Amino acid sequence: MMTVPIVPFLIIFPMIIAFLMLVIPLNPKANRVRNAIAYISCVAIMAAVGILVAMWIAGGTKPIALYSEGMELADNATIVGEFILMIVVTFLSFKYRKYWICILSIVPTIAITWLEKSGYITKETPRIYIDHLSILMCLIVGVIGSLIVIYAVGYMHGYHHYLHQRVQDRRNYFFMVLFIFLGAMFGFVLSDSLTWIQLFWEITSVCSFLLIGYTREPVAIRNSFRALWMNLLGGCALTIGIIMFAMTTGMNSLAGLVSFAEQAAGTPLGDFAIVPVALIAFAALTKAAQLPFSTWLLGAMVAPTPSSALLHSATMVKAGIYVLFRLSPAMHGTVTGNMVAFVGGFTFLMASFIAIAQSDGKKVLAMSTISNLGLMVACAGMGTPETIWAGIFLMIFHAVSKSLLFQDVGATENSLGSRDIENMHGLLYRLPFLAFCMFIGIAGMFLAPFGMLISKWATLRSSIDENNIIMTFMIIFGSATTSFYWTKWLGKLIAQTNEEPVKDITKPNEKISIAIHAVLMVLLCVLMPILTKTFVEPLLAEMFGKTAEVLPMSILYLLVFIIVFVFVVPVISYEASKKMHANQKLSYMSGINTGKNDGFVDSFGNERRLTLSNYYFANRLGIRKLMVPCQLISMAVLIVMMAMIIGGAF
Amino acid sequence: MANVKRSPWLLHYDGSSCNGCDIEVLACMTPVYDAERLGVENTGDPMQADILLITGGINAQAEPVVKQIYDQMPRPKVVVAVGICACTGGVFKDAYNIKGGADTVVPVDIYVPGCAARPQSIIDGIIQARELFQKRSEEHDAMVKAGLTYEQYKKMKDEEEAKKVAAAKAEEDRREEENNG
Amino acid sequence: MDFSIRIIIAICFIVLAPFLGGLLEGCDRKISARMQRRIGPPILQPFYDVTKLFKKQYVVVNRSVHFLLVSYMALMVLTGAMLFGGTDLLMCFFVLSTAATFLYFAASVTNSPYTTIGAQRELIQMMTYEPAVLLTAVGFYVAIGSFRAADIVNSNYSLIVKMPGFFFAFVFIMTIKMRKAPFDLSTSHHAHQELVKGITTEMSGKNLGIFNITEWYENIFLLGVVALFILNRNPWSILAAVIVDLVVYFIEILIGNSNARMKWETMLKMTWIVTLLSAGVNLLVLMVIK
Repeated sequence: MMTVPIVPFLIIFPMIIAFLMLVIPLNPKANRVRNAIAYISCVAIMAAVGILVAMWIAGGTKPIALYSEGMELADNATIVGEFILMIVVTFLSFKYRKYWICILSIVPTIAITWLEKSGYITKETPRIYIDHLSILMCLIVGVIGSLIVIYAVGYMHGYHHYLHQRVQDRRNYFFMVLFIFLGAMFGFVLSDSLTWIQLFWEITSVCSFLLIGYTREPVAIRNSFRALWMNLLGGCALTIGIIMFAMTTGMNSLAGLVSFAEQAAGTPLGDFAIVPVALIAFAALTKAAQLPFSTWLLGAMVAPTPSSALLHSATMVKAGIYVLFRLSPAMHGTVTGNMVAFVGGFTFLMASFIAIAQSDGKKVLAMSTISNLGLMVACAGMGTPETIWAGIFLMIFHAVSKSLLFQDVGATENSLGSRDIENMHGLLYRLPFLAFCMFIGIAGMFLAPFGMLISKWATLRSSIDENNIIMTFMIIFGSATTSFYWTKWLGKLIAQTNEEPVKDITKPNEKISIAIHAVLMVLLCVLMPILTKTFVEPLLAEMFGKTAEVLPMSILYLLVFIIVFVFVVPVISYEASKKMHANQKLSYMSGINTGKNDGFVDSFGNERRLTLSNYYFANRLGIRKLMVPCQLISMAVLIVMMAMIIGGAF
Repeated sequence: MANVKRSPWLLHYDGSSCNGCDIEVLACMTPVYDAERLGVENTGDPMQADILLITGGINAQAEPVVKQIYDQMPRPKVVVAVGICACTGGVFKDAYNIKGGADTVVPVDIYVPGCAARPQSIIDGIIQARELFQKRSEEHDAMVKAGLTYEQYKKMKDEEEAKKVAAAKAEEDRREEENNG
Repeated sequence: MDFSIRIIIAICFIVLAPFLGGLLEGCDRKISARMQRRIGPPILQPFYDVTKLFKKQYVVVNRSVHFLLVSYMALMVLTGAMLFGGTDLLMCFFVLSTAATFLYFAASVTNSPYTTIGAQRELIQMMTYEPAVLLTAVGFYVAIGSFRAADIVNSNYSLIVKMPGFFFAFVFIMTIKMRKAPFDLSTSHHAHQELVKGITTEMSGKNLGIFNITEWYENIFLLGVVALFILNRNPWSILAAVIVDLVVYFIEILIGNSNARMKWETMLKMTWIVTLLSAGVNLLVLMVIK
């Protein structure tokens, strides 16, 4: 069936390119070669994903299981990979004198090696398993990931030439890590073997660590190690879960784990079978930057923007969500499920509160990423077909619009010299293209009729159906605060200004990537009804054995109507208002407007500049004020519930 | 023809008054006088106002302010000077910093005398102002109907006026000639 | 309910709501005046005002304000039409918040100090009332198992029996939505003017007229939601709903005339506490007895 080895290609090809990226030296001429190779390989990756999808469709969209036997060589290669990672982490943690962190890498590596060699794994299962969810993740990684790499080529040029001239240019290293990450991500979403998943998981953690520390500034190093230990801690939990499961059943398969836990539920074995699920879910919570582990994602914002877009919002953090979606049938209605749902909902609410107090564009994006991931985690924790439906759509829309926003804010920062929202005053007149795309991205995050809102609708409904009153409240209050911080950002973009237009130094490749994202955003919104019928409902059927009519036909029609309305009415009225004869007047400043709307005359007759700012409530909702209490609460919940789960097993 | 005079919205500007007239203007809105029964609203915003009430004389510092506020008011608009200071400069007329009454800065249509002006007379001023507002609104409508800008319309009106004056003068001359002859 | 009847009701809303809303505002001003021992303007005064506004010169600070306000109005009309057309209540509220966002845009494009502060306060108001509004939809869903207004109207008894807490919370936030003291932070109908006219400062003539008409639509929409608590299968319930609407409207006028403006923080805390206590406890009870 799978005659072309497309899956190994997707995993190994980026790794080879990564090596090429590293060896090509750093000079303008060689840079050009490297960029060309980067473009070509991105196109190749996209094509490969396309072929994979085509083959999968040609096979009748049935799940494909591959490589169940004779994989000793590959299994040994994963062990080698584990050791390389261990050496890298150990070396860097000694170099920067964070000795204890290496323990978090050494212990799982040795444990996994022991597991592989001890003979506990008795049943041969497919290493690769491709179904709807993997295909979806592949598409996200392939399309968005490749576009971000294309964007990164132009962005890193601007980054080193305009904004951070003092930072050492290590672009070869940067692109190497990006490509390694892409390969690992493909491996992660396509694998069913738990040991493989563990390896790819660790690779993504280390990639994230390396990229955060790119600038080698003290704050970057501090943040990168924070990200590292939190993710490695998750890796440890994952390893323990894998070993527990393998020792009880002799299997090494994620699908096996889920079905085992599902079947065992309600039987005396159930309490025991859920423990590995809980441990892996815990690992997923660290990767998805849920409270109390949110700080690593916030710190990760010191990394160059393409890595923030790729790793810290569009793909890597989604790995946690992906795992939770996989586990969700097993988690439904269990203590584990409630724990995950509570942590997710709580993160959704509190992160959106904290986002209100941020004025740094990237920090708002980070907090909103954490918050939206929280909503997805909550969906997975509730674990019904309806919530997963909503979660899948949240994931799709979030990936596209966050990737768009990160790239856009990065490009804006290169041109404007700042990424503070207050400095984006009137950006629509100063950097029209970027501001317009930013507008679409932000609108996609919270406005009707874009998809995020519909997903919120579905989440809300299913949380009521689940009789989960705490979740209902978290979603309701969370969405109120969410629209607050997005709306005030939008208002900043469109405010009238007299400031001179800024020279747009955005490279064409950056623009292409951003524009494709913007178009994709609008298309997804329009195509959502088709997407739900042809893709998401079969996905749910595959996952739960039954599908749910989440979006009734009446809502669907209404949705299409609202979409048309919201797009068409402003356009028509805009065109009509252009024809109207208007008398321009000064804005009202008690009669002391200096005549250009940007200043006033004070009581001594001097001209003063007018500066308008948004509300932030920084001393009430700031990170310093809220983060620690939130971490304490969520940590307490996690510890108590983990203790309940593990204690229940013995 | 819509009856716009039923909705005159005020903007009250305090030049350099002693606050006597200002208190009286506010008194118009109180339950005792209740100017709102005439549809009056005290908006405080030139963009939404129809009638500008000025109290107090105009000093050097207030001059650009009054001009700007007057300019921000959409047409048709009426200016009412309330109190003797706003009408002529009053007792402050010869003070070094006073330019004089409101009409030294903006065209005043209605003068409400008094020191301080009594609420009854202020309301009377508002009533006269709203009649004028109605008349100007009709002119404004005619102007919009003719598709003219205000400048064109004003020029046209001026020409018409000049013609009328010229015709009247010619008539006068002719009569005089007849009388003489 | 038949589809064509629903369409007719929705169209009736689009045509009649401005008249009803204007009339109600006229009564509001008259009653307010009487409460203050004044005579007050004629009942038709709001219509006089709006006609005048449309006749005035078209003056703008930023040309974009107009199309944003028109979109605001169109979305508000859509919200109301969706409610009266018996569609999904939650969707309806989502469109409502989108409409409010357009109002915020219309204010923030002007870049004028008073409007901007008004707009920021409007945003706080939106954040303040949003939970109660969404919870109302949730309450209906729990009570009857559907978000659709048409199903809610077709219930066997008035749902207020099951959800008095939600009713109270909704009436509470209506004070914000109708811009009545003590919650008239972003703008108000009266002249207490630390923000001049708040969010509407730079709107004049036509634009202000559009804003006023949209307010009328919005008020009728809100009263429509209030009526949902009362309406049931029995045709007499329509009369009851109208009476309840009028009583609620009167209560809002009374609150507006007997309170002073609050700080935003007090408003936020108070409203959220009321929402949590009243609607939350009600939701808890509903979920338990379900």
